[in-house]
Amino acid sequence: MADLRAPAVDEAAIAERANALCDAALAGDRRALARLLTAVENRSPLAEPALRRLYPLAGRAQLIGITGPPGAGKSTLVAALIAELRRAGRPVAVVAVDPSSPITGGALLGDRVRMQAYASDDGVFIRSMASRGHAGGLASATTAAAAVFDAAGFDVVLIETVGTGQSEVEVAATADTTVVVEAPEMGDEIQAIKAGLLEVADIIVVNKGDRPGAHRTASQLHAMLAGAPQEARPGKPVPKHPEVLVTTAANGEGVPELVAAVDRHRSGVAAADREAARLKRAEAQVWAVLVDRLHERVRSLEGAGSLSPAVEPGAASGRLGAGSNALAAERPAAGDLLRSVASHELDPYAAADAILSRLMAGTPPPEVRPRSR
Amino acid sequence: MTDRPLKVLIAKPGLDGHDRGAKVLARGLRDEGFEVVYTGLRQTPEMIVTAALQEDVDVVGLSILSGAHMTLVPRVCRLLGERGLGDVLVTAGGIIPDDDVPALKECGVAAVFGPGTTIAEVADFLRANARPRD
Repeated sequence: MADLRAPAVDEAAIAERANALCDAALAGDRRALARLLTAVENRSPLAEPALRRLYPLAGRAQLIGITGPPGAGKSTLVAALIAELRRAGRPVAVVAVDPSSPITGGALLGDRVRMQAYASDDGVFIRSMASRGHAGGLASATTAAAAVFDAAGFDVVLIETVGTGQSEVEVAATADTTVVVEAPEMGDEIQAIKAGLLEVADIIVVNKGDRPGAHRTASQLHAMLAGAPQEARPGKPVPKHPEVLVTTAANGEGVPELVAAVDRHRSGVAAADREAARLKRAEAQVWAVLVDRLHERVRSLEGAGSLSPAVEPGAASGRLGAGSNALAAERPAAGDLLRSVASHELDPYAAADAILSRLMAGTPPPEVRPRSR
Repeated sequence: MTDRPLKVLIAKPGLDGHDRGAKVLARGLRDEGFEVVYTGLRQTPEMIVTAALQEDVDVVGLSILSGAHMTLVPRVCRLLGERGLGDVLVTAGGIIPDDDVPALKECGVAAVFGPGTTIAEVADFLRANARPRD
């Protein structure tokens, strides 16, 4: 079990290293940029000082989310978008997320296979990222990685989600424009009016346009989505009216039109809506940090990577509300709480409240006694 | 960080189209808890090194069955060094005659895994030899 009272790592040295990496990355050093992305992804101690430095420099890039079911052609479409954007001379970064195994924690990151033609082009940077247990279609560090690319001067950041089902809509909070990629014949009109993925689309692409049924699928989607009200009712969000396009990513057909539609969407969004979207993104990021912080604090009570208390003799000796702020005294107390929940003597809400109040006030939590059964 | 997964690039340099072994290994390492980036077929050494750099991997595994390993592998190693990736662990696999192994190790390959190597052997070697980085 890690000893959390071990001497804290030298914060000044870490800040200095983070600064040096940022300097290099901002000067165009791709190795340093890659290292920063790793730090952000791993939440290494470098990540926080680096993001504090870089975040104010971000906010200029166009963030385009590419989402849709597995096999619809997201990666191929991203490759086609890179080609189109590079023709216009725009530097492009890609964050491509693939799922981590919930069983082993391993991941096979295969999106790059479709994007390998740009190795000698310094204006393209592709980074694969495993979701590492984060639900919602992204990795928890995806938004931060996009901000790093943004600060490093990439004009466009393409964010490719894992293959999504119907409800992994997190990308919509991260990207300026969300493109939902569908393949032909993926469902009937009823699929088009279900809640979820299609609702957050700013643009819908029916890819594999060379397959039979592509145009029929597009017109069905168009017809069903056209019914949304034009004006927002008071207190309701403005309904989206996504354009529906057909592309054949494998040969680039329809891709210039897609880039034009994305740019049109970006410039067409009313300033107020853009502000609202940015606020939403900020909220999501702050929440993510808050949850992280909470995780850290709760884990620090335990001193291990897991919330579960180690089952060891003596670990249960601490008492809740023992009145000491010393970590050593708090650890077993949280362990006691967890054990009480595990044995159903205490409900999870009461336990969480007890831990929270301890974190917030830095004072002993109110006495929470397991109900006697 | 201590418990983050190791990140491995599995690459197929050169012109042979035999990627069954690379895919089996990629999947096997996934099951061993590694994050595996697969590049696909017919990669130049430059493409492989760029991918290794952008992905900031801990390990580059090269799969070659074409007989071109004495040309391609040293080139990958040299480019890695030139681009500041000298600390990345390089391994090779595929059909590589024993006689060539010393020369490959000389240029920086940490291990050569021939036919019959188990996934577990590869995984254990990588865990034991990939340098911890932050």
